[in-house]
Amino acid sequence: MSKSALRVTLGLILVAVVFASAPAWAGRADLRLYGEFMSYLALAVLWNLLAGYAGLMSVGQQAFVGLGAYVLFIGVVTLGMSPLLTLPVAFVVTGIAAAFFALLLFRLEGAYFAIGTWVAAESVALVFAGIPSLGGGAGMSLPAAAVRGIADSREMREFVIYWLLCGLGIGTLAAAYALIRSKPGLALMALRDNPMAAMSVGVDIKRIRFWTYVLVAALTGVIGAVIFLQKLRVSPQAAFSLPDWTVAVIFIVVIGGIGRLEGAVVGTVVYFVLRELLKDYGVAYLIVLGIVAILVVTFSGGGLWGLVEKHLRWSLMPTHRKRDG
Amino acid sequence: MAYVDAIVQGILLGGLYALFAAGLSLIFGVMRLVNIAHGDFIVLGAYLALITIQMTGLHPFLALIIVVPVMALAGYAIQRGLLNRTLGPNLLPPILVTFGLAVVIQNTLLMGFSTDTRRLAAGSIETASLSLGPISIGWLPLLTFVVAVVLIVGLEQVFYRTAIGRAFRATSDDAETARAMGINTRHVHALAMALSFAVIAIAGVFLAVRSNFDPFSGPARLIYGFEAVIIGGLGSLWGTLAGGVVLGVAQALGAQISPAFQILAGHIVFFVILAVRPRGLFPRMD
Repeated sequence: MSKSALRVTLGLILVAVVFASAPAWAGRADLRLYGEFMSYLALAVLWNLLAGYAGLMSVGQQAFVGLGAYVLFIGVVTLGMSPLLTLPVAFVVTGIAAAFFALLLFRLEGAYFAIGTWVAAESVALVFAGIPSLGGGAGMSLPAAAVRGIADSREMREFVIYWLLCGLGIGTLAAAYALIRSKPGLALMALRDNPMAAMSVGVDIKRIRFWTYVLVAALTGVIGAVIFLQKLRVSPQAAFSLPDWTVAVIFIVVIGGIGRLEGAVVGTVVYFVLRELLKDYGVAYLIVLGIVAILVVTFSGGGLWGLVEKHLRWSLMPTHRKRDG
Repeated sequence: MAYVDAIVQGILLGGLYALFAAGLSLIFGVMRLVNIAHGDFIVLGAYLALITIQMTGLHPFLALIIVVPVMALAGYAIQRGLLNRTLGPNLLPPILVTFGLAVVIQNTLLMGFSTDTRRLAAGSIETASLSLGPISIGWLPLLTFVVAVVLIVGLEQVFYRTAIGRAFRATSDDAETARAMGINTRHVHALAMALSFAVIAIAGVFLAVRSNFDPFSGPARLIYGFEAVIIGGLGSLWGTLAGGVVLGVAQALGAQISPAFQILAGHIVFFVILAVRPRGLFPRMD
């Protein structure tokens, strides 16, 4: 392992230990906030891989959050599964759904792909709203008996869900770091920097894009399932919410720095700080985020982290490669 | 008979969708830009008409005299001041900026006008209808359809018969060469956006007269306009009308099966067209 990889690994372990021990030192409300932070970190890392590296600008990731959530509820309520067992099922089901969408949506280019993913998400939401046995538009709840399968006490259940969210947040970040440093990661970086040049040196763009889309969707589904395991109630409107699961995530990545791993981390921090600061002013934080995002894209494509890299020549999670010898 | 009626109403609804789509198709044709905030600008146009009517007491259709130029100016300014900076080989910046604009517009309207639904009162034309045997055709949907057709004929004339249309086509084909021939492509892009915003203003007023709207009505209008563009075929103005009609009929027939199925039926037809004719029904020959 190289020196920088060792440093990043130790750093991630340290962060994981600090967050994982939070139940011992943080209050209930703070714990919920940290859990939410972790879920957005995971969503942001994944969307960044999709849009920032693979060039797939999806505004329909809420389709997979919602699908994952519904897999959990159908698995537990209808099929009597244990909630934690539904998580791998959510991975597989959303992955397959994404592969199916990809067949159609990959025929659309750029911005049209973006709106296409949105139509796909709207369609899935409408389908779930139309199934009476799942509560239709009103949705459904997880029965108390079923959640006891996770842990007996309410407190312990909250801890388990919190740890799951921490694992997803830090785990996706670590996995993305490992991926970018691997051979397929090299292809992803080439794709990010110049798709034409990448193709000309033999990068199979179609294949890389397809697998990035499918794997990102599958993990997004798992995150959705855990988020709604915490909420205990699902409805099509909440599960397939564009503002909650996609708008916020896009702003996070754009402001933090698209196409940079650190961007997702910085952006998530900025998002939560702004939201907490402006929480007394209704939707003002969305307006502020929107304006900041527009300014960032127009004047500094690399976001806040791009500015740090440019001026300090310093990287928290280095993914640059050195020539051998 | 109910189905024949649904088809007729669907065709007329297609006129409204063509109005949503025409502005979108126009700027994509000239500069390959997809305006994610298109629907939100339509709703902004509707609110602008609302304010104009409250201040002057004008009829909604007369309010267009004010709303169209104001929106066109806004379109020119947004393109010249903001969107031109995002155009380049990278596709993401314009999408991200217009996406940001969409969220800013929605939430600013929410703060200014609350979530109350609004509607523009247009008097007796709202309910008046023409009876053709068992089918009755509303004057308002008919007028919308006629306006859409006239607008498309007008846009085609602008594109193929005028100097500015030639500049649009030249910039679309090869911006680099157009620049070398002395065309100020930044100005041309901004003019195209101004024209798109003029269409947006008309679409906004017709939307607001025909149905309720609120600050979050925009995204659905973007989606219907987008579906009409893709169904009809990219880059063809007559295609957007055909796409709008196909979408309108699909939705009207879907609503016949079950009211909850109306919107989904439109999405399904969109996906079917994407699967069997990815370039749309009437792709531009080039």
